[in-house]
Amino acid sequence: MAMTEQEILAGIGKIINEITGIPAAEVTPEKNFVDDLDIDSLSMVEIAVAAQDEFGVEIPDDQLKHLKTVKDVIGFIQG
Amino acid sequence: MKISQGAPGAKILAFGHYQPSNVVTNDDLAKTLETSDEWIQSRVGIKERRIAPPVESEIDLAVQAGGKALAASGLSAADIDLVIVATCTLETQIPNAAGRVAARLGVDAPGAFDVNSACSGFCYALAVANDAVRAGSATHVLVVGTEKFSPWLDWTDRTTAVIFADGAGAAVVGPSDTPGIGPVVWGSDGDKSDAILVKDRNSFLHQEGQTVFRWATTALHPVARQACERAGVDPADLAAFVPHQANLRIIEAIARKIGADNAVIAKDIVLAGNTSAASIPMALSRMIERGEVESGGLALLFGFGAGLTYAGQVIEIP
Repeated sequence: MAMTEQEILAGIGKIINEITGIPAAEVTPEKNFVDDLDIDSLSMVEIAVAAQDEFGVEIPDDQLKHLKTVKDVIGFIQG
Repeated sequence: MKISQGAPGAKILAFGHYQPSNVVTNDDLAKTLETSDEWIQSRVGIKERRIAPPVESEIDLAVQAGGKALAASGLSAADIDLVIVATCTLETQIPNAAGRVAARLGVDAPGAFDVNSACSGFCYALAVANDAVRAGSATHVLVVGTEKFSPWLDWTDRTTAVIFADGAGAAVVGPSDTPGIGPVVWGSDGDKSDAILVKDRNSFLHQEGQTVFRWATTALHPVARQACERAGVDPADLAAFVPHQANLRIIEAIARKIGADNAVIAKDIVLAGNTSAASIPMALSRMIERGEVESGGLALLFGFGAGLTYAGQVIEIP
């Protein structure tokens, strides 16, 4: 069964917390990774790799650069 | 046909290193580039690097490092019968670097060739030196990693100009009754050749940072662990882990993933930048000089970079 948006959000929040130390509660759909969460391009790669392990969806580098917000990533994972 | 008989093992007798005297700090780079000390330190881990002046060539750097390794080994130039230079930044491809380095050091008519596998070059060259001594093709080998990146950099490109630098490191390899250099684990991924490249003679170095970072932090730790397994060494027993000094975050990620929990982790990048084939011997030479590692301890050397190529082996610290 496909994961709900809430389940994916919780998973992404946990991953971002582990990699950057940002509290998972701050990771909300409208947040921009660079402008709001101050996450750099290398941490984005680490998040993409962890997201692949967690959700089984590969996020290639050429796609990753288009994913600006948490909502974008949720959408990509939902397919 | 007869074949040669080599030594039962080979070991590294001594290391040496050389950095140009000109220090370039992050603040220096921030004067002309859209970057900052904070940005560079948090992304790459570098505080400062050395850049050679135009009159100092990669051959000059190699001669300095090679001469120091030779002096520290207690051997003389006459004892060396093979010189291998690992480099990917040679100003001209003809002739090779090894012959010129040998002549400058007074080594008479040795076998002399270069290895180009970029940032993994030193580990490739060391593996060949080990095999040459054990096969009887050579008795004492001078292995040098030397790079002068500065002419290959676009100094307006902040993705490369803040990372790469100049320097050289060297090792003298000789025969031994017991093995001092473990089996090499090496390989490549030519499908990713575009990730780090100089496109043509008129181009500067280009790097796909995210692609290389992803590869280095996900694909390489199993290979590094394999180098330990093939040497019969538990990563927890390593005294030092000396990976190529590409990026502090990559270094720390690989170190964590292989379980080198008791090892001193080389972080020479902080004061040296990324010097490609020179980074591993330079880092370990400086660790020995500072007394951070003891003679007889085991170190895992692990190079990775353009090609993409990778190679690593366990060695006994001289």
